[in-house]
Amino acid sequence: MSRKTLTLALMDPPYESANSTTALRIISAALNKGINVNVFAYEGAVNLPFRDQAPHANPVKGTTVEEEDHPTTKHFISSLLETGKADPLLTWVNCGLCVDERGAGNSIDGVKRGGPGDFLKMAQESTNTLVIPTR
Amino acid sequence: MTSYVFIESRDPFESRDAQFIVDTATALKQHDNEVTVFLVQNGVLGARRNAAGSHLPQLAKAGIILLADGFSLKERGVLPTEINPAVRESTVEALVDLLVRDNTKAIWH
Repeated sequence: MSRKTLTLALMDPPYESANSTTALRIISAALNKGINVNVFAYEGAVNLPFRDQAPHANPVKGTTVEEEDHPTTKHFISSLLETGKADPLLTWVNCGLCVDERGAGNSIDGVKRGGPGDFLKMAQESTNTLVIPTR
Repeated sequence: MTSYVFIESRDPFESRDAQFIVDTATALKQHDNEVTVFLVQNGVLGARRNAAGSHLPQLAKAGIILLADGFSLKERGVLPTEINPAVRESTVEALVDLLVRDNTKAIWH
């Protein structure tokens, strides 16, 4: 039996919407079930794996960076790419034009550059496709 | 028969467009399709048994399967004892299982 593949299109930028958290949970659950996952990150979502994201202290609570242990989306995605490095496979494609507009080219390792044509190909070759749009 | 999975992320009390789910899901069910509504994020806020203005009873009456993400329920302090009996607590793992079934269409709202 051929391996199943799920494709997701994401559009929300990091730290804006619970959609990003749910999307990462769905990707994690699918990989843990041995399902290949394709992600096409469009518009603000290309910032999700941006390498220059930095955790911060919390001056209101007086906690340090280490104490705060602030999670960044790039760390979540890095872990997912490690889980999905071969079998199952996670393919993460950032929209190149969206990246250029936002100056967000410095992505973590494993993120590819592409365009809407890649999304079409992913969708055509997948078991199912879920588009998570901005509101 | 096609299976439809609606993933409802919106608070039904914040926006009137939750009616979109009622209208579309019910119409699809009436055309002999299997329809599931999976509540996630603020979409679970309509799942409380005492939510008098919730749209979920209409969906249940139409024979639509109603699932609610346990993580989202817990985050929002919705206890299992408070949930409308027509709604079953579920997980994103179960959602993934639904999404990779044959002949299934997924709609995020």
